[in-house]
Amino acid sequence: MRLRTWTILLAALALASLAGLALGPVALSPAAVWHALFGAGDPDTVAIVQTLRLPRIALGVVIGAGLGVSGAALQATLRNPLAEPYLLGVSGGAAVGAVAAVTLHMSSPALLPVAAFAGAVVAVTLVLLVARAAGARGDPRVLLMAGVVVGAFANAAVMVLLAGAPSETVRGALWWMMGSLGDATWQGARWVAVYVAFGGALLIALGREIELLALGEDPAAALGVDVERATRRVYLAASLLAAVTVAGAGLVGFVGLVVPAIVRALGARTARGVMLGAAVAGGALVVAADVVARTVRSPAELPLGAVTALIGVPFFLMRLRRMT
Amino acid sequence: MIRFDDVVLRYPRAARAAVDGVSLDAPRGAITAIVGPNGSGKSTLVRALLGRLTPERGTIVIDGTPLGALSRLDAARRIALVPQREEPAFPLVVRDFIALGRYAHGGVWSGETPGDRAAIGAAAARAGVDAFLARRTPELSGGEWQRVRIARALAQGGDALVLDEPTAFLDIAHEMAVFELLDALAREGRAVLLVSHQLNLVARFATRIALLRAGALAAFGAPDDVMRGDLLERVYEWPLVVSRDPAVGAPVLVPLRNRAPR
Repeated sequence: MRLRTWTILLAALALASLAGLALGPVALSPAAVWHALFGAGDPDTVAIVQTLRLPRIALGVVIGAGLGVSGAALQATLRNPLAEPYLLGVSGGAAVGAVAAVTLHMSSPALLPVAAFAGAVVAVTLVLLVARAAGARGDPRVLLMAGVVVGAFANAAVMVLLAGAPSETVRGALWWMMGSLGDATWQGARWVAVYVAFGGALLIALGREIELLALGEDPAAALGVDVERATRRVYLAASLLAAVTVAGAGLVGFVGLVVPAIVRALGARTARGVMLGAAVAGGALVVAADVVARTVRSPAELPLGAVTALIGVPFFLMRLRRMT
Repeated sequence: MIRFDDVVLRYPRAARAAVDGVSLDAPRGAITAIVGPNGSGKSTLVRALLGRLTPERGTIVIDGTPLGALSRLDAARRIALVPQREEPAFPLVVRDFIALGRYAHGGVWSGETPGDRAAIGAAAARAGVDAFLARRTPELSGGEWQRVRIARALAQGGDALVLDEPTAFLDIAHEMAVFELLDALAREGRAVLLVSHQLNLVARFATRIALLRAGALAAFGAPDDVMRGDLLERVYEWPLVVSRDPAVGAPVLVPLRNRAPR
């Protein structure tokens, strides 16, 4: 990928992070943020920056990276520019797994992603089976329909699970269904980072296979790819990434849709380039969307997933129109 | 080099086998052609070479080794294959597309080696696509696209080249150029296995022709043995005559109108 592309992406991430540190119910000057990062200056400012905003940005960066890489890998492997974990119902399945774990009191930051992963794998398997049964593997819209249906079912399942939960049901439901970075802690962000790094590394290692799968299954097989094995690995790793993001921040849609397209438009040529770029761009987008979520109706917070959906839905419609 | 031995192939849940007991071989140094009506099993044979379909009976043997015993990578290093249809999900620069042919020769993290670059350059020159290496795949005409795909197969290397209707969408000049290229590659020692509907060209270029009908072999032999009017008329279910072209001396098939001309 060209230097210019990387510069743009990293600058966007830096800018979003700076905005994330400076903006909020208490607006801080860049200078105050800078000092607070090193523990200097007003103790309240230091507390706001180091314990509230910094972990939130860290979580946003890793969540966005996971969503971006997952979307990029799914789009290429499924040969579908509209594919992404949320629209494919994978995130919904992860939410069911995560909520089930929470209701069973197994919600440690290390375990939650595992439960979410189990839900995500069930969902992705269902979606692929439904799409295959519909007999239109070639039609990208059938796959999305299957994803939306499975996603809707997952939403209903989450509601059912939460209905039995005693306290804070409504808030909890909203958190899972609409996504939020509001509960960010350093510990949580670290766990998400570990899982995202693992899943991301798996997909980057599969980069050459993913690139060939984007040509179609027969051409990929002709060039030497074990298609069944490679696609299975991609689905598993992409599901893991989606699941971790759900465990860390609930359902945040459309990031995996928008970000790979932006990176490709900026000139990324290889599958690995698109995935790495999507990691950076995804982090920037989620952090920026979180800034919007925190500031437009301050001191109230919008759900993060609502902000990304407001950006993502028009983008989705534009893409859909170009496809049909 | 490539041998099908009494191969039966069936798609999942299909009532009838798509290929039913076909035996044929494609030796080095010759063009072997597979012809036959639509749905006669030509492309199914090609897909079996990709390991996408496992024979229900019989074996496919590559240089003495059963295909099933070869990894996909091993198979791809021996056989370069141009599938019938291909549409990249995202636009690619032509040079990058041809470079994908080198996949089987690299490791997980290896970049392009000097050997890769040499193979890519030679393949592009051979297929005549030098001039548009910097263009993107959606900008190519049908003919250019086919040549770029052949270039990728050449970059892939291997002793066998399998092509499924490589000259569909090509005009006369481009079609002839492809056949001449395949002829030259075969003369250099490669095994060329070609699925085609262009019987007249196949009759001039191929050493042997396999004629398929409803998944079974109706004939397999030299062009003069297969290009027989009665046989082809029966297989294609259309009235036709086969004569001999006075200019080139090869058999020529001419389909007739199915009613008397006015």
